[in-house]
Amino acid sequence: MGTRDPLLKMLGVCKEFPGVKALNHVDFELRHGEIHAVCGENGAGKSTLIKVLTGVEIHDSGEIILEGRPIRPRTPMEAPALGISTVYQEVNLCPNLSVAENIFVGREPMRGGKIDWDDVNRRSAEALARLNVKLDVTARLDEYSVAIQQMVAIARALDISAKILVLDEPTSSLNKTEVANLFRVMRKLKSAGIGIIFITHFLEQVYEITDRITILRNGQLVGQFETASLDRLQLIAKMIGKDLEEFEKGIKESLSDTASAETEGVYYRATQLGQLGSINPFDISIGKGEVMGLAGLLGSGRTESARVIFGIDAPDSGDVSVNGESVSIRKPADAIRLGFGFCSENRKTEGIVANLTIRENIVLALQGKRGLLAFLTRKEQEEIADKYVKLLNIVTPSIEQLVGNLSGGNQQKVLLARWLATDPELLILDEPTRGIDIGAKAEVQKLVLQLSGEGKAVLLISSELDEMVRCCSRMAVYKDKHKIGELRNKEISELNVMKTIAGGLN
Amino acid sequence: MDARKKLDKRLIDRQLFWPLFALVVLLTFDFFYIKGFFHIEIIDGHLYGSLIDIVNRATPLMFMAIGMTLVIASGGIDISVGSVLAISGAITAIMIGGDMVFVDGVPKYAAHNPMSVAILVALIASVVSGLWNGLLIAKLGVNAMVGTLILLVAGRGIAQLIVNGNVITVYYEPFFYIGSGFFLGLPFSIYLVAAFLALVMWLVKKTAFGLFLESIGSNRVSSRFTGLDVQTVTWACYAISGLCAGIAGIIIASEVKSADANSAGLFIELDAILSVVLGGNSMAGGRFSIIGSVIGALVVQTLTTTIYAIGVPPEVTMVVKALVVIVIYLVQSQMGKTSLKAAGGATALKAKEAKA
Repeated sequence: MGTRDPLLKMLGVCKEFPGVKALNHVDFELRHGEIHAVCGENGAGKSTLIKVLTGVEIHDSGEIILEGRPIRPRTPMEAPALGISTVYQEVNLCPNLSVAENIFVGREPMRGGKIDWDDVNRRSAEALARLNVKLDVTARLDEYSVAIQQMVAIARALDISAKILVLDEPTSSLNKTEVANLFRVMRKLKSAGIGIIFITHFLEQVYEITDRITILRNGQLVGQFETASLDRLQLIAKMIGKDLEEFEKGIKESLSDTASAETEGVYYRATQLGQLGSINPFDISIGKGEVMGLAGLLGSGRTESARVIFGIDAPDSGDVSVNGESVSIRKPADAIRLGFGFCSENRKTEGIVANLTIRENIVLALQGKRGLLAFLTRKEQEEIADKYVKLLNIVTPSIEQLVGNLSGGNQQKVLLARWLATDPELLILDEPTRGIDIGAKAEVQKLVLQLSGEGKAVLLISSELDEMVRCCSRMAVYKDKHKIGELRNKEISELNVMKTIAGGLN
Repeated sequence: MDARKKLDKRLIDRQLFWPLFALVVLLTFDFFYIKGFFHIEIIDGHLYGSLIDIVNRATPLMFMAIGMTLVIASGGIDISVGSVLAISGAITAIMIGGDMVFVDGVPKYAAHNPMSVAILVALIASVVSGLWNGLLIAKLGVNAMVGTLILLVAGRGIAQLIVNGNVITVYYEPFFYIGSGFFLGLPFSIYLVAAFLALVMWLVKKTAFGLFLESIGSNRVSSRFTGLDVQTVTWACYAISGLCAGIAGIIIASEVKSADANSAGLFIELDAILSVVLGGNSMAGGRFSIIGSVIGALVVQTLTTTIYAIGVPPEVTMVVKALVVIVIYLVQSQMGKTSLKAAGGATALKAKEAKA
C-alpha cells in the first residue's frame, strides 16, 4: 500500500463563509482501500471539507489531487464523474420510484430512443448483488426499510463511480444489525481498493471500522492519526481542544462541601423520560439549590433531554414529578406554569424576539404566565425592566431599545432577565455563555451560583467543560442519545467527564 | 422617563408620518384639480361633500383593514375577506328581504325576520368563516395564502347558494340606516368604525393581546418557548378578520339595498392588504399600527375617488391606480430604509461609546 500514491490528497484547503473560516489550511489524505474517519464537533468543518470535495462548495484556495492529478470539482455533478460519490445522512432518493429507477435515474440506458428497462433491472440487481443485497428491484423504494434504502443509495453511488465513497453519518438511523451489515459491505468495498471517508459522531464505530482518523476543530486540522494508536480519551481531548495535562491540572482543587444539595430535597424528578428518535429514556433528579449539569459532546442528547424536560418536545415515555407531585408536561406553557424557565442555545431563533424592545422581551414570559387580561401596566413593565437591566448590567441607552440591536452578551442577559422576572423554581440554561465575551460569561456564571444559593434548581448545559466543572454540583453525562452516567461533587472534573464519555468510568 | 416617552412618540410618529403624507399629497392634488372638492354643505342637517363621501365609502375598507392588520401582524394573510363579505351580505339580505304589506290601507314594508336576528346570524357566519381559516392555518399549519384561498373560492360559491344565484333586493327602510343613514350630521357608518376601532384598540393596548401578537408575528418559535398560546392568538386574528369582513358586508348590503353574491366585495381583499401596507405595516408580521392601516384605507379610497373624479377613462383606472400605488410605496419604503439606517447607525455608535 505504501508504495502507491495516495488515492486522494487535499492540501492547504481554505474556505471562508461570511464571518467564519470554515476551513483554514486543512490537509487530508485518503489511501486506496482505506476507511478513514473524519471527527470533530459540530462546526469543526467536517461537512465543509466533504462539500468542497464533492463540488457542493468551491474552496477559496488549496489543492485537491486525485490519483496524482489536480482536480477542482465545481458542481455536485462533476464529482461523480471524477469518481467521488457521496451517500448523505438523509437518504436522498425518490421514495415513490422503484429501486431500479432510483439506481439509474438521470442516466438510464437507452435503446432505440426508449429506456431499456430490462437492462436497467438486470444491472440494478447486479449492483445490489455486489453488496450481498437481494431485492425485488421493481418494487417501490419506500417499501423497504431505511437501512435497505441506504444500501440502494450506496449501490447507486458505486455504480456511478467507484474510487472514493463518502458516507456522511450513514448509521444515525440504523439499528445494531443494520449497522453490522453496513460495516460488512464497507469492508468488502475496502478490500476492492475503494477509499471510504466515514463521518460519524459514534466513537465506538470509529474504533470498530476505521484505519485512520482525521480530526478537525474550528476549521483547522488537529491531526491525522492511526486509529490503533490513538485512545479514546485522546481522541475526545483532541476534538474539544484540551491537552490531557491541562485536564489533570484543571481538576477542581477545592470542592464545595458535599451533600449540600440533597439535604434540601428534590425539586424535579423524572423516571424513564424519553422521546423516540431524539433521546433514549433517562432518569434524572434535580434538587433545590442544586446546579445539575448535562455534559457530553454536541449531539450526545443533552439538549434533547432539556427540551423534553421543558416540554418543547412532548415526551412519549416516562413519569415526572415536581415537589413530589406527579405532573404532565406536554408543552412549554405547562412547564412555565410549574415554575420552569428555559434559555435556548439558539438565542436568536428560539430565544429573544429581536423586533421587540428590551422592556417587552423582559416582561414577555411573566405576561404569558399572567395571561391576556392581567396586563402589566406600562409603569409596572418599566419597573421590572429597569430592575433587571440594573441587576444584570445590561448595557443599553434605553429599555425601549430593540433587542436585535444589542450585542450577543446583552441579548443573553435580556433572555435571562425574562425568566428571572417569572421567579422560576427551575431554570434550564442551554449554552448560556456561548458567543459572549469573558466579562459577560463570568457574570452569567456568578448568576447561576447565586440562583442555587437562593434555593433554586438550575440545569446547566455548556460545551465549555471548565465552566461546567466550576458551576455544577452534580453532572449527568450523555453519549449517543443515552445518559451513561452521573458524577457528583468531588468526582466532577474535566478528566472524569472525558473518561465517562470514553467509557473509562462506570 | 420623559425622554423615554419622547422616544416612543417618535417611533409612532415615524410610522404614521408617511401614510398621512400620502393622504395630504392626494388631497392637495384634489384641491387644485377638482373643483369644489373641499366644499361641504349642510342639507337637512346632514353634511354633504366629497370629503364626507370618501370617509363614508371607506368604512367597509377600514373595517377590513383593521382585521387584516391583525392577521398580517401574526405573520399570515387573509385573502378570503371579499368572499366572507359576500356571504354576510347575502345572509342579511335574504333574511330581511322585505314584503309590501298594507297597514290600514297604507303600503308598508315588513322584514321576513327581525333585522337584529338577521345581522346576528350574518355576523356569526362571518366569525365561523374566520374560525375555519384559523383552524386551517393556526391549528393545522396550512400556509396562510393557501388556507384562505380555499374560502376565497368556496365562500363566493356559498354566497351564491344562499341567494340561489339571484341578486336579492331588500325592501326594509330601517336596514338602510346602517349604510346610508346620518347621525348628528355624519354618516352613521363612521360611528360604527369609530366604535369598533376603539374596541380593537382597547384589546391591543389595554390587554396583553398586542404584545403577544407582536411577539408571535416576530418570532413564532421564541414565543412558544416563552409559553405564549401561539395557536389561540393566531386563531383569534382570523376570527376578528372574519368579523370585520362580515360587518363590511352588512354595511355594503345596506348601502346598495341589495346583495349581489357575484360582485359584492370582489377584489376588496387586495384593497385591504394595500391599506395595511400603505399604513406603514410590514408584510413580514410583528410590529403593527392599526391607526396606520385605517389611514391607509383612507388613502386607497381617496385615490379611487380622485381617479373617478378627474375623469380617467374606465378602461385604464386600474392601471392609473396601480401606478400611483407603486409611487407611494416606493417613496415610503425608500424613506423608511434610509431613516432606519440612520437610526441603526446611531445605536451602533452609542453601543460603541458604551463599550469604550
